[in-house]
Amino acid sequence: MVPASASLHCHDTRSLTGTEAKMAEQVKLIGSSNSPFVHRAAVALRLKGVPYEFIREDMSNKSELLLKHNPVHKKVPVLLHGDRAVCESLVIVEYVDEAFDGGPPLLPADPYDRATARFWAHFLEEKCLKSLWPALWTEGEVQEAAMKEARENLALVEEQLREKRFFGGDSIGLADIAGAGLLGHWVGVLEEVAGVRVLSDKEHPALRRWAAEYLANEAVKECLPDRDQLLSHFSAIRDKCVSVAKSMLPK
Amino acid sequence: MAGGNDELKLVGQWASPFVTRVKLALHIKGLRYEYVEEDLGNKSDLLLSCNPVHKKVPVLLHNGKPICESQIIVQYIDEVFAGTGPSLLPADPYERAVARFWAAYIDDKLEPPWDRLFRAKTDGVRAAAMKQLFEEVEALEGGFKECSKGKDFFGGDSIGYVDVALGCLVSWVKATSVLAGAELFDAAKMPLLTAWMERFGELELARAVLQDVDAAVEHGRMLMAKNAARASN
Repeated sequence: MVPASASLHCHDTRSLTGTEAKMAEQVKLIGSSNSPFVHRAAVALRLKGVPYEFIREDMSNKSELLLKHNPVHKKVPVLLHGDRAVCESLVIVEYVDEAFDGGPPLLPADPYDRATARFWAHFLEEKCLKSLWPALWTEGEVQEAAMKEARENLALVEEQLREKRFFGGDSIGLADIAGAGLLGHWVGVLEEVAGVRVLSDKEHPALRRWAAEYLANEAVKECLPDRDQLLSHFSAIRDKCVSVAKSMLPK
Repeated sequence: MAGGNDELKLVGQWASPFVTRVKLALHIKGLRYEYVEEDLGNKSDLLLSCNPVHKKVPVLLHNGKPICESQIIVQYIDEVFAGTGPSLLPADPYERAVARFWAAYIDDKLEPPWDRLFRAKTDGVRAAAMKQLFEEVEALEGGFKECSKGKDFFGGDSIGYVDVALGCLVSWVKATSVLAGAELFDAAKMPLLTAWMERFGELELARAVLQDVDAAVEHGRMLMAKNAARASN
């Protein structure tokens, strides 16, 4: 699991180069394997070739470690790099890209392209996810309205993906990490548990193609939870999904 | 690398703190720009073509190319004009992550209840939003401690990314306090943040860019009255 370049025998970090010293500092990821947000952080670490210890968190009984390192949100993922804690999945992805030199860059070099990548990552997070959740878990007129909005947002993503392999170009980048796992893997499970269809091969061919390419990536496969496990998990917390959806509706 | 031929145009609306956020960044960097005031009740073709996805302000046009979303715009300005004026984000990746965390907190945790407060159709919804907003701001005291490390600003000795992310809201903090009849930044609960706000407000930057508080109060009153009236129609 640990790449050869990171198997350091020397424990005195003062004599190492900056990168080696950083790599020698322990990297830990606190998370739950059912979370698409934790998946984002794990994918970033794997794409950059950063070895890490995964600390499984029981979200129904939060640990002292989690509460100490994410007192503000008390959520996963939390990345621990040495004694430094980084919270919020997309902040973690940018941190991993900047702190570690290995692997391909997760954001492009050109500032305008970077702004575009951040725009779509934010869109996938803020608009897609936030409209999908009520579309899946509410009912009647409320659901119809949420579904309309969700489909409009997905159509915008579909349009973008007609022109590109990944948002990041030829390789997986920030926006892909933000959305492909969610839309390609988690949504299928949620649709099954909710009994509601949002995505289709007919209406979202580019999105399907993008998700499939993302899911075929080796680094992604290594940290993708098993579908049956997710099905079991979300079936068990169905009521919670419904109440979260209700709380997201405009008042 | 940006040269002297850069054309910058900011499409905005005077009351919007997100537009103010971009103005602060441009001002700190000493960048000249053309400002276009948008009537959000009658959106221009310019706005709709530059931000077809969200149809919102601010939009920054750099040599005709649009950048949307205020935090993304500020990071863009910081990166493109890296050689011009001070840097907004720190150089160290961990400090950058901490800055991004708190900037995200402001938009993810404060903005929704704040927005609900002004759009509320009933007193009940308004009161609940107000309560939530007052609770969520408290974490910023800890945020200030973490970012400032004992210095005057979130950015340390000088203004940084989080100072801009929160500083753009100062007129609205004051206006909301007037409208609520209670200080949103409670000096007893948030002494460091309260001191920061005073300090920020005294800067030439703030005097040049921030909205007049009375105008914000009036605008806030107008929004609340408009939304309450809609509810009873």
